[in-house]
Amino acid sequence: MILRDVAHSRTGDKGTIVNLSVIAFDERDFPWLVEVVTAARVREHLGTLVDGEVRRYLLPEIGAMNFVATRPAGQSVTRSLALDAHGKSLSAALLALPLPER
Amino acid sequence: MKTRTIRLGAGAGYAGDRIEPAIELAARGALDYLIFECLAERTIGLAQQARAANPDTGFDPLLGDRFRAVLPACRAQAVRIITNMGAANPVGAAAVVRDLAREMGLNGLRVAAVTGDDVLAEVARGHYVLDETGEASAALGDRLVSANAYIGAAPIVQALTEGADVVITGRAADPALFLAPLVHAFAWADDDWTRLGAGTVVGHLLECAGQVTGGYFADPGVKDVPDLARLGFPLAEVHADGTAVITKVAGSGGRVTRATCKEQLLYEIHDPSAYLTPDVTADFTRVRLDDDGEDRVRVTGGTGRARPDTLKVSVGYRDGYIGEGQISYAGAGAVARARLAGDIVTTRLGLAGVDVAELRRDLIGIDALHGAVAAGRSGDPYEVRLRVAARTRTAGDARRVANEVESLYTNGPAGGGGATIAVREVLAVASTFMPRDRVRCRVVIEEA
Repeated sequence: MILRDVAHSRTGDKGTIVNLSVIAFDERDFPWLVEVVTAARVREHLGTLVDGEVRRYLLPEIGAMNFVATRPAGQSVTRSLALDAHGKSLSAALLALPLPER
Repeated sequence: MKTRTIRLGAGAGYAGDRIEPAIELAARGALDYLIFECLAERTIGLAQQARAANPDTGFDPLLGDRFRAVLPACRAQAVRIITNMGAANPVGAAAVVRDLAREMGLNGLRVAAVTGDDVLAEVARGHYVLDETGEASAALGDRLVSANAYIGAAPIVQALTEGADVVITGRAADPALFLAPLVHAFAWADDDWTRLGAGTVVGHLLECAGQVTGGYFADPGVKDVPDLARLGFPLAEVHADGTAVITKVAGSGGRVTRATCKEQLLYEIHDPSAYLTPDVTADFTRVRLDDDGEDRVRVTGGTGRARPDTLKVSVGYRDGYIGEGQISYAGAGAVARARLAGDIVTTRLGLAGVDVAELRRDLIGIDALHGAVAAGRSGDPYEVRLRVAARTRTAGDARRVANEVESLYTNGPAGGGGATIAVREVLAVASTFMPRDRVRCRVVIEEA
């Protein structure tokens, strides 16, 4: 099972910061997602795509989490050499996160 | 105070957005206000450069097209228009709309320009530290191109109070464009943090237009969206307490669901309990989204607390050049040939003594988007595209980088095709913060 089976995601950008939402398709899965999709797991999964710490914010009213990270040096939207200068496609990388079977 | 609902429509979510959905909203949305958000971080710096070259420009290049498309319906239905399409020249933009209204026989249309966001002179001479680099703004010297403060709803409210049918701003905060008509219509106090926060939630949901009605959402078989080619842009029915229903014109493409609203609620958000705007520190953490019929989602629970003491300022500066070239390879051995091609370019740039500050090589189809994180997860693709991009100090060096990719045609591996090259000057954007009292806004109204 991967995250895409149970949640959807959109990436947003502001300068050198990127945010990735993780939204449960079924809000009953939210408590379990909070347990298994931790900031540390997301940090490890994204590897070199982000720099430093990943912070997690919870929005239980809508069954969603928000992950906020800094992009690697030089990767701000306006300076980046990357094809996807905004990092808009990062949500697809996050949705490939393997999840334990329940 | 009015007790009816106010209907806000979002006519554009970025500078190049589709034009027809706004016409549909103006004609059939029963709107009170149609709002066009067209200003990204870098757009205003580019506009400032354009204005420096020609003082009659500096506003959104699609300004005339958008207004020509919607003015007749807006005038007929008494829909007022608010937009940040003024970019680096709101006064010039207002003159264009005034002249256009006269030409279209819409005499008497009142067009307001809001100025004061341009703080270039202050940033050039004052001491402001750039958040991203730690550098002082003054150290940018003649590389400094633009500095614009994110202004809030107040001057837009003033323009509406003075009877403007059209309000054109430069760098207003995106949600302020939507908050202003609510403050005006419902006479919200400027320290009514709860309602200002609730209105900001509505503005945030609307500001990217089609991104809340099913745009940027579809994933076939997982998240299907009907008729994206005729995507309807959103409108909000907002109540005096700041609660709202997000919906769209019946019969338009796309969907409004709790899921589409959730994705947009968190788009470009950091700490959801403290979304900083010039008007309020909005709190999204207690927002509830409930179904209210087909393509209708009720939004409640948005709140807020006191606004920050400073205004964010976007600083645009010239930061060298990027030269880029791409070339494709296909069939057996394609990946090996693309890698060889990349090695050749790197070696050539060294031999030729091209001054490269930073270089990046991607294989599009393998590692261009997610790099080593994703590479090697599957077998070689049938075709692959080499992309080389480099940062240089001069345009000449950027062109040499691009040309080294193009010359792989006759000097590189077998079967390279479809080479493209590009050279551009980098206009980088960084942020700083400025005390509010150093930003003075003015409203100028012209009548067609």
